[in-house]
Amino acid sequence: MRTYLVKRMLMTILVLVLVTVYLTLLIHIVPGDPAKSLLGPRANPDLIAKVRAAMDLDKPVLEQLGLALWSLARLDMGNDIFTGRSISELVGAALPHTLILAWTSLSLAALLGIPLGVYSATHPDSWLDLVTAVISISFITIPSYVGGLFLLLIFAVQLKVMPAIGLGEEGNILDYVKHLILPATALAITWVGYLARLVRASMLEVLNQTYIRASMAAGLSRRQVFYKYALKNAIIPTVAILGIGVGNLMAGAVFVELIFTRPGMGSLIYNAIQARNYPVVRAGVLVVAFLFVAANLLADLLYTYLDPRIQLGKVRG
Amino acid sequence: MQYQARVTRPYQRILNRIPILGDVLQQPLGVLGFLIVLAFMLMVLLAPLLAPYGYAEQDIPSMLQGPSRAHWLGTDHLGRDLWSRIVYGARIALSVAVPAVLIALSGGILVGLIAGYVGGAVDDVTLVILDSIQAFPAVILALTILALLGPSLINVIIVIGLAWTPGYARVARAQVLTTKQNQYIEVERSLGASQARILGFHILPNIISPLLILAAMDLPVVITFEAGLSFLGLGVRPPTPSWGVILSDGFSFIRQSPWPITWAGLTLIITTLGFTLFGETLRDVLDPALSGTRGA
Repeated sequence: MRTYLVKRMLMTILVLVLVTVYLTLLIHIVPGDPAKSLLGPRANPDLIAKVRAAMDLDKPVLEQLGLALWSLARLDMGNDIFTGRSISELVGAALPHTLILAWTSLSLAALLGIPLGVYSATHPDSWLDLVTAVISISFITIPSYVGGLFLLLIFAVQLKVMPAIGLGEEGNILDYVKHLILPATALAITWVGYLARLVRASMLEVLNQTYIRASMAAGLSRRQVFYKYALKNAIIPTVAILGIGVGNLMAGAVFVELIFTRPGMGSLIYNAIQARNYPVVRAGVLVVAFLFVAANLLADLLYTYLDPRIQLGKVRG
Repeated sequence: MQYQARVTRPYQRILNRIPILGDVLQQPLGVLGFLIVLAFMLMVLLAPLLAPYGYAEQDIPSMLQGPSRAHWLGTDHLGRDLWSRIVYGARIALSVAVPAVLIALSGGILVGLIAGYVGGAVDDVTLVILDSIQAFPAVILALTILALLGPSLINVIIVIGLAWTPGYARVARAQVLTTKQNQYIEVERSLGASQARILGFHILPNIISPLLILAAMDLPVVITFEAGLSFLGLGVRPPTPSWGVILSDGFSFIRQSPWPITWAGLTLIITTLGFTLFGETLRDVLDPALSGTRGA
């Protein structure tokens, strides 16, 4: 287990190093001068030279790569070339909002998706199972931006029962939560569908096992058997995809934060890309990549905790 | 003779699977999926006949109107007919999705074949590179590259192809690892067959089936992905009627008219649903063992 953990940690560092290498090289592989594209065609050469220096673009590629890796090692993200503010500060201000959004969405998805999956599995081939299947597949196919636009259109624009944009009044938690409902629901829709389908499939497998039939025969209530004994085992494969889920949620967050004008990692990266602010893009993408790798590791560890029979590191791939 | 029969088996298996539509149409959800895919294909093929107006034809006096006899689904902020734009949008969706998936499929097969067959350090390095590419959410990877390349139809195809390649490479590699253990590969090798012959004629036909199913199931994902990029202003450029562009225009005028968002959003959801239902039924019919391999 310890060897596995050390290996995974090294892998995480290696992935972050490679992501840094790609981001540094990408600017050189793609045609055009980033400083020129940032400042526009009529910028004067002095200003272009200044911006190139601020982005370290005036140095040889290998030196740029070395500097980028050195910054990574010191966990120093550098400064925003427009405002001069520390990028760590920008990320520090944006990250909590995205994490809260992602966590709320996952919780919401679990709250709706798991019971839907259990119900489907315990009533297989009934017409309600078919309806649940159609609902969950439809939910899977609703992209977060379409879900977000529909929710905005219905609840904020037409019915005017929900706030449309922003985080709400500063310091007012109730207002913050109110502003969180629509974005979190938009992001959760797809996951309600995924969880319902996954839980249904693994529940069906578990329900066929002898210990479930034995519990039924022993006279335990259906509710107790389904939720206490079957779901405990059926939920394990779902945990494995939570790592991937974080990546998907981050991708969805770009759209949802933009539609609901919420600050967060998604809107930070998107705005930086639009402004060609590469140092912020690099830092933002690195943080997202780290979150993704860390979430995968956490999901793996949770997996072994829930099912001690699984021994990490024994299977390759 | 017996040996020859063994090596031709994979091809025969693929050929035997062509009349599968009947099996798909036995499932109610398969029928629903098939009908939606059929409607989508008709929209693509018959766009000029189905659309009463050109997709860029403006009628400023009737801008942002609701459904009417003249404009079945209403008009956008430039008075363009929404039905016509949605019909032509199907062409854009398919013309991005098919080449992008083909790029990813070919790239993934190439990488997966080499990594899986050569093994050792090549395999280890490839896995680390694939891991590191997959550590970016695809949207962020695409946004980063598109911000540098600039938005255009071709660039969107290239970026999606690149972003999807690692997924196919992983599946192809896993398939190669299993397939290369087979005895007939050993036999070929001992008979003096070249590496290229073994890879191209004996391993590839055995790994292609699950990859093609994955490709079919990725089409709707890529269609929504392209629409998402166009919605963000980094995909297809206006006035080309990508469904994402219609959504983006609709978002700017959301308080004036609900129709552009409603119709483009519904079209996107129904198309994706159709392809997904059809793809899932196809997968269950072709290869039941693959069910659930694409959880997320």
